[in-house]
Amino acid sequence: MLADSWLIARKDLQVEIRSRIIINQIAPYTLLIMVLFGFALDANTQTLRDTAPGLYWVAILLVALLAIQRGVQIEDADAARDRMLLTPVSSSSIFLGKSLALFVQLLVLEVLLFFVMMVLFDTSVEDPLLVCLSAFVATVGIATSGTLYGVIASGVGVRETLLPILLLPVLAPVAIGATRTFGDAFGRVNADGWAWFGLLVVFAVVYTVLGMFSYGQLLEEE
Amino acid sequence: MITTVGPFNATSSRSTRFLGLCLLLGIPALILFAFIFSPEDDSMEDAVRLLYIHVPVAIFSYIAFGVTAVGSICYLWKRSRWWDTTAHASAEIGVMFCGLTLVTGSIWGRPTWNTWWEWGDVRLVTTLVMFLMFIGYLALRQVPASPEARAKRAAIVGIIGTINIPIVNRSVEWWENSTLHQQSSLTDGNLENLTLFTWFLGTLVIGITYLWLLIHRFRVGWLETEEERLGYGAAIEERQAEAHGLDVGSTGIPEEGENE
Amino acid sequence: MSHLGYLLAGWSISIGTLAVYAFFLLRRGKRLTEKVPPGRRRWISSTEEQSRITDG
Repeated sequence: MLADSWLIARKDLQVEIRSRIIINQIAPYTLLIMVLFGFALDANTQTLRDTAPGLYWVAILLVALLAIQRGVQIEDADAARDRMLLTPVSSSSIFLGKSLALFVQLLVLEVLLFFVMMVLFDTSVEDPLLVCLSAFVATVGIATSGTLYGVIASGVGVRETLLPILLLPVLAPVAIGATRTFGDAFGRVNADGWAWFGLLVVFAVVYTVLGMFSYGQLLEEE
Repeated sequence: MITTVGPFNATSSRSTRFLGLCLLLGIPALILFAFIFSPEDDSMEDAVRLLYIHVPVAIFSYIAFGVTAVGSICYLWKRSRWWDTTAHASAEIGVMFCGLTLVTGSIWGRPTWNTWWEWGDVRLVTTLVMFLMFIGYLALRQVPASPEARAKRAAIVGIIGTINIPIVNRSVEWWENSTLHQQSSLTDGNLENLTLFTWFLGTLVIGITYLWLLIHRFRVGWLETEEERLGYGAAIEERQAEAHGLDVGSTGIPEEGENE
Repeated sequence: MSHLGYLLAGWSISIGTLAVYAFFLLRRGKRLTEKVPPGRRRWISSTEEQSRITDG
């Protein structure tokens, strides 16, 4: 099953590498969001430093929406999804593969954005391990729930507008949890970062399981 | 079963008329009890009178979302249109009740907590996220698709939304770890009889309102699918006539506007 | 009565919303009833066949 997932993920990533949408369009967009935050908060470095964790995750969520749309678009084009269903790959593997591809893309964007944030918002990290682990787990949660909701919103004419209102409320725990862990890791807020890390793990596990079970149901109807 | 269609009794039956009659008597009675007969609260003064609508509406918005979750599970299990229509109907009423909960709560919070909104409050933020989640659910249901595909997607979103509520609740609780909401005052045992009676009356009246709306909304939903299916069937026949027996009906998702 | 403005606002918004929703709901029901033939309106005595979603 894992080998099949890897095949699917590699396919998506290859499409991504060839089209360069992530590097040419989505990454500059993230940068723009960060600059806009700077404008909105009046170029006040102290405020930016304090709110950096929240701003960072808001930017990631907005960018994730675009990446998810991309992933669905690949499948919608040329009836690729129907052909994928004709292969003997199980729907759980397809789900894991698509999530993995999305996860890798998001992680690349996160690393990029992290350095942008360090420079522009003048942040310093006190607990690098917590930052790495929580970002990893939060991204798993975003990737799995995003893949699941991506297919729910797929195939309808209004996908671009439907996906955000379906997905963003669901991601509320990730938005809060990841912001708190980063706040703790940056030494900005007095929160128990590892407890929040646990919440992110729960979220990631719940959505991985839900996705593996319901993805097949959602694919069949197409 | 009704035989004549009057101006407004199209989706009504003997049971809904009875419930409607109860409401015509119950709502004025509730207003009288809430505003005149019940005493004012020691600490909240007259602001307590808002709670006679706020709390029942909140309770029934949770119940409504619960019914949606149960309907969604039963739909996936039995694949019956009855459950699908019930889940949809309940979600729509739930969203309206939830919106009213937030609005009346906000209005009540201003004189009592001296703020319209409190980010640190667990129930407030959880309710808001739930509200937004079910608005998304309703938006999904508006999307043109084949009835079966739409029902399945909506059921999955309904179930996931409900599973997500405890996670949201937990996260908000840790976030600020505080609530301005007082513990249930009903268990204190020192409420005056009239206050207690008004609480029960409010819950009863809002409960009947929910039931009455649910039955009507269910029937409207049922008729909508019937109408959609009539139009859908006609469109397919038309196309089949054009295409000389080409099987158009198996494409699953109809084109936009086809089922309007 | 203290806080009268808040009280009136809260109650009138609540009752008003419910009334408006109920009005439009009944109107929608009436319009749909006119479009759907009586034989397919029997939500109460629906047969097993009717209660299943069939394509087309």
